[in-house]
Amino acid sequence: MRSMSARAALAGASLLVALSLGAGAIAISTASADSASNGDVHVSIDNYAFKAPQVTIPAGEAVVWTNKDDDPHTVTADDGSFDSKGLAQGDTFRHVFSKPGTYPYHCSAHPYMKGTVIVQGGK
Amino acid sequence: MAERTIDRAAFLECMAWCGTGVVYGLTGAGLVGKPFNAIDVAAAASVPGAGATFVQISDTHIGFHGEANGDVIATFKTAIDKINALPQRPDFVMHTGDLSHLSKPEEFDTVKQLLGTIKTGAFFSVAGEHDVINDRGKMYFSMFESGSATPWYSFDMAGVHALALTNVIDIKAGGILGRDQLDWCKRDLALQKPSTPIVVFAHIPLAAVYPDWGWTTDDYAELLTYLQPFESVTVLNGHIHQVFQKNDGKVQFYTAMSTAFPQPKPGSRPKPGPLTVPAGELSSYLGIRDVTVHLDPGQIAVADATLG
Repeated sequence: MRSMSARAALAGASLLVALSLGAGAIAISTASADSASNGDVHVSIDNYAFKAPQVTIPAGEAVVWTNKDDDPHTVTADDGSFDSKGLAQGDTFRHVFSKPGTYPYHCSAHPYMKGTVIVQGGK
Repeated sequence: MAERTIDRAAFLECMAWCGTGVVYGLTGAGLVGKPFNAIDVAAAASVPGAGATFVQISDTHIGFHGEANGDVIATFKTAIDKINALPQRPDFVMHTGDLSHLSKPEEFDTVKQLLGTIKTGAFFSVAGEHDVINDRGKMYFSMFESGSATPWYSFDMAGVHALALTNVIDIKAGGILGRDQLDWCKRDLALQKPSTPIVVFAHIPLAAVYPDWGWTTDDYAELLTYLQPFESVTVLNGHIHQVFQKNDGKVQFYTAMSTAFPQPKPGSRPKPGPLTVPAGELSSYLGIRDVTVHLDPGQIAVADATLG
């Protein structure tokens, strides 16, 4: 539990930084996966697919998913380590990946929608 | 009414997709994509010898705000008006899932209030994947209690023994019943007489309708083996927002229309999802299902009616 709490606190701190420095980048991102100025990688959920299905980031940085479908989707780690819960059209979910590793995820409502985040060693 | 005319192409299409189900002597009662043959529910219920009745509604998706339907509450109310205008008050109404669009408390509240306006002897529901998307159904099951400690239950009403199953939690491909639920089905059905009409409700189709879109239940085949001893088995599902009918031996299988929006015919588009139809035609893609149970000889007649 302690490590989870620490991770949540870290994510919260990063989110504050993102909001104060570069929140605009979240709203205007239209590319399927692109690296914004604040380091966040953006993945759109569009037409029942994660675009791009695989992204690679350095440890400590975040991925932001945006649902563009009018059907709800989730971003749910296969190992349960993160879960966006239901994202309505236009909703975003941001998750900071603090530990290197490979994180496969899916949409819990449409399990054939799959993606992977690869987190590389710390910067 | 010109759009309701049965043309040969539409008829053949439906025969392939709907099978050859018989509803009061009318063949091909299913409505798929563009409806071609709306059954008059009032006429069906007045057939001599008709017995107890119940109604299936499905996929109300309260909370949906998309191009496919700008007012899902209004279309749900139209469906309720249609139920309340039936010549015979249904013994019960079953909602086969996706009551809400996003499992939000206010969505469940709205559904519950609207359901309270239906004139029926009893109300039941099963969860859709939209109802369990945030918390594996914790809020849904607390608001729509069945009296069962498990997400599945059975009841005896309208002359049938009904199973109300949950196949939307922890899905991996299609729907999933799971070991515990299948074991429970086996035990529950073992207590029933072979002559008792069995009705099985679940959200995701308990048949391989279109696995590429997840329109199937991974472990439905085992359930079918437990249903084999019975003389009359009717499986009623939702999820795909259109009528699909098939006969699998003694098992009659039907999916239902939504009250919110249609979905594409399997394979007609790259992906499933809310389908926007031409303005003014939406109500002809939405509907309710009236089911009449003839206790002698135990036949079940299914009649689908569009909202407009």
